[in-house]
Amino acid sequence: MPVRVVLGTLVLAGLPLVAKADWPQFRGPGGLGVSNEKGLPIVWSEQKNIRWKIALPGRGLSSPVIAGPPFQEQLYLTACTGWQQDRLHVLCLDPRTGKKRWERQFTGTGTTVCHEKTNMAAPTPVTDGQHVFALFATHDLAALDRDGNLLWFRSLTGDYPTVGNNVGMASSPVLAGDTLVLALENAGESFVVGIDKITGKNRWRVPRPRGINWTTPAVLQQGQQTVVVLQSPDELSAHNVESGKKVWTLTDVKLSTIPSPVVAQGRVFAPGPEFLAVRPGSTERQPEILWRTRKLPGGYSSPVVYEGKVYMLTARGILNCADAAAGNPLWDVRLDGNYAASPVAADGRIYAVNEEGVTTVLQAQDGKLLAINPLPEKFLASPVIWESALYLRSDRALYCISEK
Amino acid sequence: MSRCKLLWLGTATMAVLGLALGAGSSPAIEPLLVRIRAIGKEGSGNVSARQAVRELTQRGPEVLIPVLTAMKDANPVALNYLRAVVDTIAEKTLSSNKPLPASELEKFVTDTRHSGVARRLAYEWLIRVDATAPERLLPGMLDDPGAELRRDAVALLLREAQAIFDKLQKNEKADPAPGIAVYRKALHHARDRDQVMLIAQRLKKLGVEIDLTTHFGFVTRWHIAASFDNHKGIGYAAVYPPEKGVDLKAVYDGKQGQKVRWREVQAGNLGLVDFNREVAALHGVVAYAHCVVVSPVERPVELRAASNNAIKIFLNGQEIFGREEYHHGMQLDQHVGKGRLKAGRNEVLVKVCQNEQTEDWAQRWSFQLRLCDSLGAAVPVTVVSPAASNKGE
Repeated sequence: MPVRVVLGTLVLAGLPLVAKADWPQFRGPGGLGVSNEKGLPIVWSEQKNIRWKIALPGRGLSSPVIAGPPFQEQLYLTACTGWQQDRLHVLCLDPRTGKKRWERQFTGTGTTVCHEKTNMAAPTPVTDGQHVFALFATHDLAALDRDGNLLWFRSLTGDYPTVGNNVGMASSPVLAGDTLVLALENAGESFVVGIDKITGKNRWRVPRPRGINWTTPAVLQQGQQTVVVLQSPDELSAHNVESGKKVWTLTDVKLSTIPSPVVAQGRVFAPGPEFLAVRPGSTERQPEILWRTRKLPGGYSSPVVYEGKVYMLTARGILNCADAAAGNPLWDVRLDGNYAASPVAADGRIYAVNEEGVTTVLQAQDGKLLAINPLPEKFLASPVIWESALYLRSDRALYCISEK
Repeated sequence: MSRCKLLWLGTATMAVLGLALGAGSSPAIEPLLVRIRAIGKEGSGNVSARQAVRELTQRGPEVLIPVLTAMKDANPVALNYLRAVVDTIAEKTLSSNKPLPASELEKFVTDTRHSGVARRLAYEWLIRVDATAPERLLPGMLDDPGAELRRDAVALLLREAQAIFDKLQKNEKADPAPGIAVYRKALHHARDRDQVMLIAQRLKKLGVEIDLTTHFGFVTRWHIAASFDNHKGIGYAAVYPPEKGVDLKAVYDGKQGQKVRWREVQAGNLGLVDFNREVAALHGVVAYAHCVVVSPVERPVELRAASNNAIKIFLNGQEIFGREEYHHGMQLDQHVGKGRLKAGRNEVLVKVCQNEQTEDWAQRWSFQLRLCDSLGAAVPVTVVSPAASNKGE
């Protein structure tokens, strides 16, 4: 469906004007890791199908986000520099050429202590097309318009001094209408907060269980109500995005603190020692576990739900596939290398990039190997898909991979 | 915001801007800067600050110096707003092929009365238009009060040292004295741990041992008392007797009725006190470490600690830092407590809590602590025995 038709539909529905072809947040539209794009590359190398590559000023685990028409096409990315990682960067690039449009730097206000695997530019920003909202693991939150003008800045450490942990924070912000939602479960003051995206002020703030949690919330439309789904080690819950009020909770479960939940087909797919498919609750009914399985173990990567199937990738490279309706295992394949990034799906394929820079391309239907594409860098950030191109971010560079 | 507070902020801003406001400055920007500096917590003042930012960024590079000046003593959030204004204006100026005020920026950079962060920001824009600035300015910044400028100055010196070092590596018979001299000079000025460690490594290869424990200001003489109850984590918040006052002759009731007494220990390399070794590998327990330091003057101080365990730091009976987190890593200077040393005797008390995790990686029960200034240089204090310090030594 042409992008403009989709946009028109979104406007009539009163939904945000970020086109479905965009990649506006962590793991893309709806946080699914799925794109409708066609014509994506299958094979690439340093010498082939690299449309452009740019050096980045510093480290980052964050993925780029991309907004397109009706606004100017813009790619936003975060990075951190400084020997203590307290220099926080927000970059804006032309997604077609990689040319930098603007860059803003901020001085981190919170602790920069973290595990060596992560860094202060770990959360992925989110864009509504007109603005970008960048959260850093220092608990600094910057809102800028598409021209790089500062809308507002919050020091969440300044607001809540004990927030944080010594391993590092990584949960990415999500947008639900005009509310920016941050899930900040940590070893100190632990909470989820809904922030007015224009004023930067809290709309609501709700305490959460104390403990480290890197999962990113998922947004779910339930009738007239929009909720944000939060995954904690011992519960799955949904909060109304206008009020923060808890709408439903699933307890007596064990869930992961790294791979994030995914909302697809009206269900919540929640990774953990047992992977759960949950029918959301409401104010009138409790949530219901539709199926559960131990055949979808995880590691760092979040699940992909694509064309009726669920895919989970372990840290050691085992990709398991099950049917989304009942959780029955379908196939599994062993990929080489170690995996921190979440895979993405498009055009009938799964793309999985390992830490050693090798992207394996598989047929989504049956796991058939299509290509193995090495790049000589370390990749921890999840790939992005936009306009027939794949974007891969290493610690040092951003690649745009395309046959066109 | 109350009118009084706004008036105070306005006056403070005016005073700060007194450094920059001259005949050529536009007084109209002062209210804008006041509004930005007034930004508070949880988004308070955001809307007003945003409008001020918008108005300021419509100006040209003539407002760069006043905005940079206003960064002095700005709260951390306001500082980032002001930073964004500078970056926006400077970027737009250069992309329009217009000049930045290089000589004014240089004057700002070299005036140490300004905020170190602001001077660094000015320096970064200066070097974009004047590539000769680093070589010209950095050699004079080895003692700079701005951490990042100082770091770059030391880095420049280290490049010189590395060239000498590389030659020495190729010629074992060459006199290492020049190389040692440069590295010693760098060590004297370096404050960042990575630079200090690198210098120590190089000097070691040249035959010179550096006592990093002393150089960093780690405390190595402690009295410890353990253990008190931390079953289910209750110990972190509990106020055990040492927190009410340290009597080294006291006998306390510890966990499960055991008697707890103070005893002196000597810390290991880089001030590490290992309670598993000094006490026993226990779980659900609290240990205290106490020392007395004598300072020649009253002064600000940072007590920087590292520990895998929940920790509290007290200075002269006041808690100056607390972090209730277990087994998420231990890095030098990960915890920073800020306080003031009195001239003379000061008491430092550290509380280190071990929880009940059984994983292999959750067994460390230790800490290390150093006293330094805000840049990371060891402060000149003497750790004394409590009895000696009571006699005024």
